[in-house]
Amino acid sequence: MSRMPSPVKVPELSKTDQDRVAQAGIDLAMKNRCGSYLQMDQDIIQAECSQQGIEVLSFKKAMEKYDGLKEYSWQAVSPEKDDITKYVAAQKDPKGYVIIAHRGSNNILPIQACLYLGREQIQHVHNIIVAEEGAELHIISGCTSGAHVGKGGAHYGISEFFVKKNAKISFTMIHNWSENIEVYPRSASIVEENGVFLSNYVCMQPVKKIQMYPTATLRGANSVARFSSVVISTPGSFMDLGSRAILEGKGASAELITRAITKGGTIISRGHINGKTAGTRGHLECKGLILKDGVIYAIPEIEGSVVGTELSHEAAVGKLARDEIEYLMSRGLDEDEATATIIRGFLDVKIAGLPEALQRQIDSSIDVAEKAGF
Amino acid sequence: MLHIEDLHVKVGDKEVLHDINLHIDEGETHVLLGPNGSGKTTLLMTIMGFANYTITEGKIIFKGEDVTGMKANERAKRGIGMLFQRPPTISGLKLGKMLTAISRSKQENIPELAKSVHMDKFLERDINKGFSGGEIKRSEVLQLMIQNPEFVMLDEPESGVDLENISLIGTAIGSLLEKDKHLIKRKKSGLVITHTGFILDYLDADKGHVMCEGEIKCHGNPREILKDIKQRGYKECLECRHQ
Repeated sequence: MSRMPSPVKVPELSKTDQDRVAQAGIDLAMKNRCGSYLQMDQDIIQAECSQQGIEVLSFKKAMEKYDGLKEYSWQAVSPEKDDITKYVAAQKDPKGYVIIAHRGSNNILPIQACLYLGREQIQHVHNIIVAEEGAELHIISGCTSGAHVGKGGAHYGISEFFVKKNAKISFTMIHNWSENIEVYPRSASIVEENGVFLSNYVCMQPVKKIQMYPTATLRGANSVARFSSVVISTPGSFMDLGSRAILEGKGASAELITRAITKGGTIISRGHINGKTAGTRGHLECKGLILKDGVIYAIPEIEGSVVGTELSHEAAVGKLARDEIEYLMSRGLDEDEATATIIRGFLDVKIAGLPEALQRQIDSSIDVAEKAGF
Repeated sequence: MLHIEDLHVKVGDKEVLHDINLHIDEGETHVLLGPNGSGKTTLLMTIMGFANYTITEGKIIFKGEDVTGMKANERAKRGIGMLFQRPPTISGLKLGKMLTAISRSKQENIPELAKSVHMDKFLERDINKGFSGGEIKRSEVLQLMIQNPEFVMLDEPESGVDLENISLIGTAIGSLLEKDKHLIKRKKSGLVITHTGFILDYLDADKGHVMCEGEIKCHGNPREILKDIKQRGYKECLECRHQ
């Protein structure tokens, strides 16, 4: 192992904004992280990793080092997909990070990637994440904005994941934007034989608009993808979220789980599993709670085209059950405590195969929302 | 400890309980018998303070205080607790978390208490999700052990429980009601709904009441009443007036 990465010297960040960065799961003191990429607006503050066999590079540096990243760049996401991808593809000075876990490497402490938006503008990134054969890579991506980003800003993020044979990537993304930010991630992953891709998404804070529909293509035999999303939408927030798994490899399986709460905002929860090969399995689950008038629009799709694929979905949108609240009240909890306890349980999605530190980070994001009274 | 006076209760538009009078002293355990649908659970839910059960007349006095208009949590804080026959399943809420919430700042040894009712392996399970009949009752008893109410209501604690678990649950409930203490030192009171009477082996009940069609029809020695019901059924109770 080489030297430990040093704590990040963050330029001109107020205490409030430092707290916002921390709430997005970013540890500027680097206590429980083995590597870090920090981009503030379009400035790259840090890109380093202490774990042997794992590289954290800026996109530009990686392009130089690896001959244009021909094997990976724009191979999972098409640059022609939409206006967002076209905008990012057209950038002459590309930003973003490339993380490569070389063959057989693994990190117990996660790598953090922080994308911070501090000015009125469009922040664009192109990220490439690779776990080579037998490698295991855990990443926490914290995306946040300054408390006062004037009239607003936007974040366009392309992320391409490549999970090679017998490799594993867990990617935990915590969004902590604000009411005037629009966010357009465009993500896709390609998973090879026995590969595992875990994608976790948490958004407990307001955002003006977010639209994303990450896709995992499970090409290899017995490859696995699990998408887990936990979101709360407050008044003025428009969240169009989805996840898609394309089951191509024999024995490939996918699970897409969403817990959505509206407190007045809109959540469109899409999901699509496409079983193309015999012996594939997929399950899609969306549970929604309407706490205040808003919209939860669940659109689960399962599509099977061969004998021997097994797909299922479960979607429910409802309210807090009175008998559950009163049950807790009969044990001495007041109505607010009982309500918060039930909501906390509703949001509690334990993700198999996720390191404890990352599960704790997800839990603590939900804790912050709970303390604020959901 | 508990005094119920001329109580009338509606569920929706229908009056379900009519003119209920009941008095339970400190240290006493009473048994409530009656056919299905006679209003026994309704009475317990009303005493606990569930919102669906509307008191139209009468009052509930607990330890000298009128609790008629209080919410369930306020009654729980004053010392009323209940073992539910069919408690709800709460997705995502772990039994262990629930117990921590109930215990508040009290320094209860939750794992040890859980072990005593064979629920130590259930602390990380969603509450009541996939629990068997016996597991539900053991979970309920465990919650009550931490809540430690002065007045314990038990809604069919033996239903769906096998014989081995009845002994475990019965002993734990006996301890909740301080049946292991000398009569003079016993401060806790209870009200138990039972159909089979198996639980009475552990509770040493003091009085029995028979409820039919929303009314308490008779009172007496619980074992004698139970014996009578087992021999003759509830037919004569239905024809009987207060004795």
